[in-house]
Amino acid sequence: MAEQIYWDDVKEGAELPPLVKNPTTQQLVMYAGASGDYYQIHYDKDFAKNNDLENVILHGALKNAFLGHLVTKWMGEQGDLKRLACQYRGMDIPGTPVTAKGLVTRKYQEQGANLVDCEIWLEKQDGEKTTPGSATVALPLR
Amino acid sequence: MTTPASFLTEEMCQQAIGQKSAARTIDVEKGAIIKFAQAIEDDNPVFNDDMAARESRYGGIIAPPTFLRSVGVDRPTYPFDMPFTRLLDGGSEWEYFHPVRAGDRITAVSEIADINERTGRMGLMIITSIVVTYRNQFNQVVATQTSTSIRY
Repeated sequence: MAEQIYWDDVKEGAELPPLVKNPTTQQLVMYAGASGDYYQIHYDKDFAKNNDLENVILHGALKNAFLGHLVTKWMGEQGDLKRLACQYRGMDIPGTPVTAKGLVTRKYQEQGANLVDCEIWLEKQDGEKTTPGSATVALPLR
Repeated sequence: MTTPASFLTEEMCQQAIGQKSAARTIDVEKGAIIKFAQAIEDDNPVFNDDMAARESRYGGIIAPPTFLRSVGVDRPTYPFDMPFTRLLDGGSEWEYFHPVRAGDRITAVSEIADINERTGRMGLMIITSIVVTYRNQFNQVVATQTSTSIRY
């Protein structure tokens, strides 16, 4: 298990350790099978082109999962994910790496929980943020 | 399709809001969780490794946060003809209340929370906000998911 992060040690403005993902067409097929989302724009290039897309695109929900991975990895086993949100602003295509990143925006205590809000996003190599979002986690005290 | 300037009327919006899907129930299989974790390439032991997960505070494998997508709940049907057949997912906001464990029986229902239209790059778009409520076998709400679907 990874080392546990504690609420006491979190600082507003701190970065979450970035997570690089290299989605492939194979991963899109695996995700289609695992999630049951068989919409053809994610694996049938002809179908995608008929929908005015240049290529098959990543499932929004897969990008959502990448951001969930970023946050759950950072918060550790003792952390609790309370909220996870993202918007699909730009499309991502297989063969193009994306990096999941995050920043701590707020640290506070509420109703006995030790909470941290984060801004999170997926970023392409050229810096474009295709998938901005936010998350709230509860962390243990030391 | 040549897109009209407007499609939704106030009355159509009022009819649509509150429309619910049929309930969908699945048994959460351990293998399905592991396959999902593999598909998203998340090697966290609590999602993948039963022995390691047993030693964790959860006492067994739990589902990654977006696994509930795989419940495959239907979208609510619109109470009118919907000529916009192309669909994009605009985003999701999840709230979590209890972990989802291997062996849980999850029941999901989706409901139209809001609907409106906007003109964008691809012409007229119908934007629907759908809330999915996921309950476990103890009738606890384990999570809610508010999604934005864009039809054009």
